[in-house]
Amino acid sequence: MSQTSEEMVYKPKKTESHRIRSLKDFYRRFKKNKAALVGGYTILILIIVSIIGPFIVTGDPAEQDFANRLATPSADNWFGTDHAGRDIFTRIIYGMKLTLAVGFSSVILGGLLGIPLGIISGYYGGKIDSLIMRVMDVLLAFPGILLALAIVSVLGGSLINVIIAIAIFSIPGFARIARGSTLATKNLEYIDAIRALGAKDTRIIFRHIMPNILSPLIVNATLFIATAILTAAGLSFLGLGAQPPSSEWGAMLNGGRDFMFIAPHISLFPGLAIVLVVLAFNIFGDGLRDALDPKMKK
Amino acid sequence: MQSESILKVKDLKTSFFDEGNEIKAVDGVTFDVPQGKTLGIVGESGSGKSISALSILQLIDEPGKIIGGEVIFKGKNLLENSDKEMRKIRGNQISMIFQEPMTSLNPTQTVGQQIREAYKTHQGIGKKEGNKKAIEMLKTVGIPSPERRIDQYPFELSGGMRQRVMIAMALACKPELLIADEPTTALDVTIQAQIIELIKELQKDLGMSVIMITHDLGVIAETCDYVAVMYGGKVVEYRDVITLFKDPKHPYTVGLLNSLPRHDIEQEELIPIKGTVPSPDEMPAGCRFASRCPFATEHCFVNLPELIDIEENGQIRCWIYTDEWDGDQEVKVYEPERTS
Repeated sequence: MSQTSEEMVYKPKKTESHRIRSLKDFYRRFKKNKAALVGGYTILILIIVSIIGPFIVTGDPAEQDFANRLATPSADNWFGTDHAGRDIFTRIIYGMKLTLAVGFSSVILGGLLGIPLGIISGYYGGKIDSLIMRVMDVLLAFPGILLALAIVSVLGGSLINVIIAIAIFSIPGFARIARGSTLATKNLEYIDAIRALGAKDTRIIFRHIMPNILSPLIVNATLFIATAILTAAGLSFLGLGAQPPSSEWGAMLNGGRDFMFIAPHISLFPGLAIVLVVLAFNIFGDGLRDALDPKMKK
Repeated sequence: MQSESILKVKDLKTSFFDEGNEIKAVDGVTFDVPQGKTLGIVGESGSGKSISALSILQLIDEPGKIIGGEVIFKGKNLLENSDKEMRKIRGNQISMIFQEPMTSLNPTQTVGQQIREAYKTHQGIGKKEGNKKAIEMLKTVGIPSPERRIDQYPFELSGGMRQRVMIAMALACKPELLIADEPTTALDVTIQAQIIELIKELQKDLGMSVIMITHDLGVIAETCDYVAVMYGGKVVEYRDVITLFKDPKHPYTVGLLNSLPRHDIEQEELIPIKGTVPSPDEMPAGCRFASRCPFATEHCFVNLPELIDIEENGQIRCWIYTDEWDGDQEVKVYEPERTS
């Protein structure tokens, strides 16, 4: 009975594609978690600000004003100015783009390399599996930031190299999750059924395994963005990432280090900005996990 | 009288290897599937029915391996085919439907996407044309308002519906041979009857041959023309269905039938087969059934009987029907008794 009534309700919406339907369903579950919703919207606002921000703030992030050095927050300089008289608010707005770009691109790069490796490892098993996973184990043997440090020291300090370094240390995480999920998925009957239809391995992997293991990977990616941003800021702070005139937040923190006691606001605001972004990605990631994993539903 | 065989399986052997141990899941299976007919494969869990079916399509995963025999489909040995050639056959000429309709469909794809898969793979048909064909196919398998169903996900369908979708997928390319691996086991009884009816109808319409794997003798009686009874990875009796039910010869077949209730005669009680299937490493070296057979002699335990012809289209693997029988001669004369 309930099915027929459901069908009747469903009928007028027939034009709605199934993708939109599942997206709506996802959002319905996601918005139950208020904290995650706040995190999600914060990220959205941050992304918008990072794109349109430079058009709104009037100043130049590199413009120096030595008459107005180390000024405390005021109506003119909301977050104050640093040791070269640069407006910290403007610099944070400009730096946001760098920070988000590092976070997203390193995770995307890491995912693009790690996920296929993991799936190949899980799907084919045997020697390929051992080989790939042992390499991953080697990567995992180093603490993340230390590995990134080592890679950046070899490649030289620049933001691009920081992205590459973080991408490399995110690979094992993606590969392990992808491998585990593939192992669980490949023995399900529908994979046999698809093979019995004559599908090729590549098609099975991309069309049938990938979509089914995507949710833990998306959650991992979101949570890893936070780690990536922290690591990038850390490397810049150590002088290995973005170089001084840059308004990358870690570099700003580093710039404020010498004035910590006389002008703490120079380090405080970039620090707070980092906390905000990392927190937003973390609670958003947690919310995603709850919404994407039906088993976690209460 | 036997018509041309579409599939001949000869001495097929599939083993699983586990830390140096070889577990013979299918141990020399031989049977024929006559063109346009239905062969039933019946046996207990672990008798090698499903592994035989998967071996025909070479869908055996590590650590399993096909180690011998021939699978001759339309005169060509499939075991000599490359992986690529096999892919062309799977889903196109030989299709398979699986036991669990709940897990045999991809939960992240719509019904339409999954049926289109077969057209895409074998005929290179794209989305639009594929959808048209998928709708037609869903109509064929008796799914109401197929235009709407193709955009639904498997979780939105009932078990019977899903099994129909599975059948639609399997039959999309009009295969010549359908392997149905316990297609009704997971369904409730009324739906079972519908699905069996559907498979029979489609078989008639498409003129295909069917291998029906089941442990349900009722399904066998209902659908099959020939029956292969499997025990311990071997075919113990191969007969046409009417002869099998009228005059079962192998003590195992007799035991199976005796453990079923009958409606046409009075019965005091059902007689089960004693014991359980021995695990593969405890299998008797001789006749696999010897440890449970009421007539087994020393000879049976040690020596493995051959599958011998006892009539046209009838074969049996039992010492009782050979000259070497050293047990009670009365058994030979009167044959194992059907009590029910």
